Amino acid sequence: MLDIRNLHASIDDREILKGLDLTLNAGEVHAIMGPNGSGKSTLSYVLAGKDDYEVTAGTATLDGADLLAMAPDARAAAGLFLAFQYPIEIPGVANMTFLRTALNAQRKARGEAEISTPDFLRLVKAKASDLGISQEMLRRGVNVGFSGGEKKRNEILQMSVLEPKLCILDETDSGLDIDALKIVAQGVNALRSPHRAMLVITHYQRLLDHIVPDVVHVMHQGRIVRSGGKELALELEASGYAAYGDAA
Amino acid sequence: MSIDFRNPRTAGEEALAKAVEARLAAEPISGRVGELRRAAAAAFAEHGLPTRRVEEWKYTDLRAAVREAAPLAGAVTASAEAEAGLRAIAFPGAERVLFVNGAYGRGASPLGKLPAGVSAVPLAAALASGSPLLERIGALAPQRYDAALALNTAMLREGLVIHVAAGAKVETPIHIAHVFTADAPLATFTRTLVVVEEGAQVAIIESHQGPAGVAYQANAASEFYIGDGAHVDLVRVQAEGDGALHLGTLVVDMGREVAFHAFQLATGAATARLSLHGRFSGAGSHAGIRGVNLLTGRQHGDVTMVMDHAVPHCESRELFKTVLKDESHGVFQGKIIVRPDAQKTDGRMMSQALLLGEFAQMDNKPELEIFADDVQCGHGATAGALDDDLLFYLLARGIPPAEAQALLVQAFVGEAVEYVEQEDLREALMAQIVARLGGAP
Repeated sequence: MLDIRNLHASIDDREILKGLDLTLNAGEVHAIMGPNGSGKSTLSYVLAGKDDYEVTAGTATLDGADLLAMAPDARAAAGLFLAFQYPIEIPGVANMTFLRTALNAQRKARGEAEISTPDFLRLVKAKASDLGISQEMLRRGVNVGFSGGEKKRNEILQMSVLEPKLCILDETDSGLDIDALKIVAQGVNALRSPHRAMLVITHYQRLLDHIVPDVVHVMHQGRIVRSGGKELALELEASGYAAYGDAA
Repeated sequence: MSIDFRNPRTAGEEALAKAVEARLAAEPISGRVGELRRAAAAAFAEHGLPTRRVEEWKYTDLRAAVREAAPLAGAVTASAEAEAGLRAIAFPGAERVLFVNGAYGRGASPLGKLPAGVSAVPLAAALASGSPLLERIGALAPQRYDAALALNTAMLREGLVIHVAAGAKVETPIHIAHVFTADAPLATFTRTLVVVEEGAQVAIIESHQGPAGVAYQANAASEFYIGDGAHVDLVRVQAEGDGALHLGTLVVDMGREVAFHAFQLATGAATARLSLHGRFSGAGSHAGIRGVNLLTGRQHGDVTMVMDHAVPHCESRELFKTVLKDESHGVFQGKIIVRPDAQKTDGRMMSQALLLGEFAQMDNKPELEIFADDVQCGHGATAGALDDDLLFYLLARGIPPAEAQALLVQAFVGEAVEYVEQEDLREALMAQIVARLGGAP
């Protein structure tokens, strides 16, 4: 589904990704672990299309389509979803309006009809209640006044309403206590499907107890330096990233 | 030695001065209002239009905007009145009084059917009958000479006098719709006097609009005298045609424990200016003055205001949001004056501008003049582009750039619209904003 070859990317002329290769098939969940500064978040932004980064070499395709040639909104409509590490607050844009605008924009881009108001309300209500998001939070501005945990749950709500093909979760566990982590993980696990792939980016093994990956990659200095099964995460937890030249 | 900086009179000033003389000669008014008019005419003859050396007009070159004075509009025809009635911005549920090309639209304005407690008469009729309400007109003119208001006073004839009886709770908003229909560049001068007695409650809507591509000149001044314990909401919509010059003046005097909320949506005119002068005359009052300016092309939009805290224990809140596209130019000058006796004053003023055009320009000039020692006052001014991180968040969810920008701009101005208390009005304003933003990104 996702195929990345020899990807190089820079920000302000500083190269962060230095020839990264990665392949995800439908139905798989991959974790990327690595020390701070190894380029994990850069990878997620480059895939989502943030224009602060410049891709200098390599390719990235989603189901064969050239992701890097698409605008960010087209990538989303093509099925890519990035759950942000730091979800932003948007005062004045109600959560519901935001979700509905995003869903209908994606449907329109794919040539599908807009969702009806009753269908939309039903859809959001059910998914929000599974994630413990209240009606009041849905009426509020996007993420405005939300706690760290509520913001992350809101990301998962967006993900479950938009039903992407490829989910990229960037440090979704950061800032969460164990209860919040469980709710988020449940939401993510509910979305696991043979038709969907997930890329879980995390610094710690803790999240992977709850979202069990098929493959674990270790990222270091802008490349994947090692790949293995879920036991690799446990090994990293015990030994740290010291073997990769980083004390973190 | 004194140096006379006065510039030679422009053609516009000459023509305006002549129009003023002609009106004074043709329609003499006796008594106090007559004196007021003569004084305004004399002041205009002396000072003329402001140059940019006049501080209040530093960012808006009125002399350049009035190179030529437009001829005065004539009498209203039935067909113009019918057309204006159809074009007027609709505020469902409001009772409408129509002004066409600056004159009262006799046939289209149901002054006899106004809600209980409200009476209104055309200014010309009030002048003819010597209405005692006219004792209030001009009572609270800004202390310094203001060319726009002086001209309005000197040309005094057309307009409306509204009276709201003590204790009346008026549910139906009163909409004063000024519609310009002519395809010739004419000048209009209208004056609205609103006297709200003690404990009354009323909402007034004032709208100004006209056709595109006509260089007409609209000068509209409104005065509000608000009695103790009254609650007044004012919504002003300035949607003049894109060739127009709009000079608006708003003068508000508040008694004790008054609640006054004003909101202006300004989207029109080539050059627009709203001068607002608010004064607290009684303790314990609250004023909330907010506005949204949407500017595109080469539009110039100026809001200049003074909140005068003359007495203690009053609270004022000002919030203005300006969205500037293309090469437009926005101006906000806001001054809070706290006089020596006005202890426990609480005043906060904020102007925020969103610069969407590469060549757009915003001038923000907030000022505080505080002569009392136990007060809380603050002001702020910002100008900047849309936040890239906000925009990226929306794009990353599949919302296309134009729609994402419109959503963020709506959110930006929505913070000011939110303060309009009546839901119907709020929605009508938001719909006008969305329609306006939907144009060229």
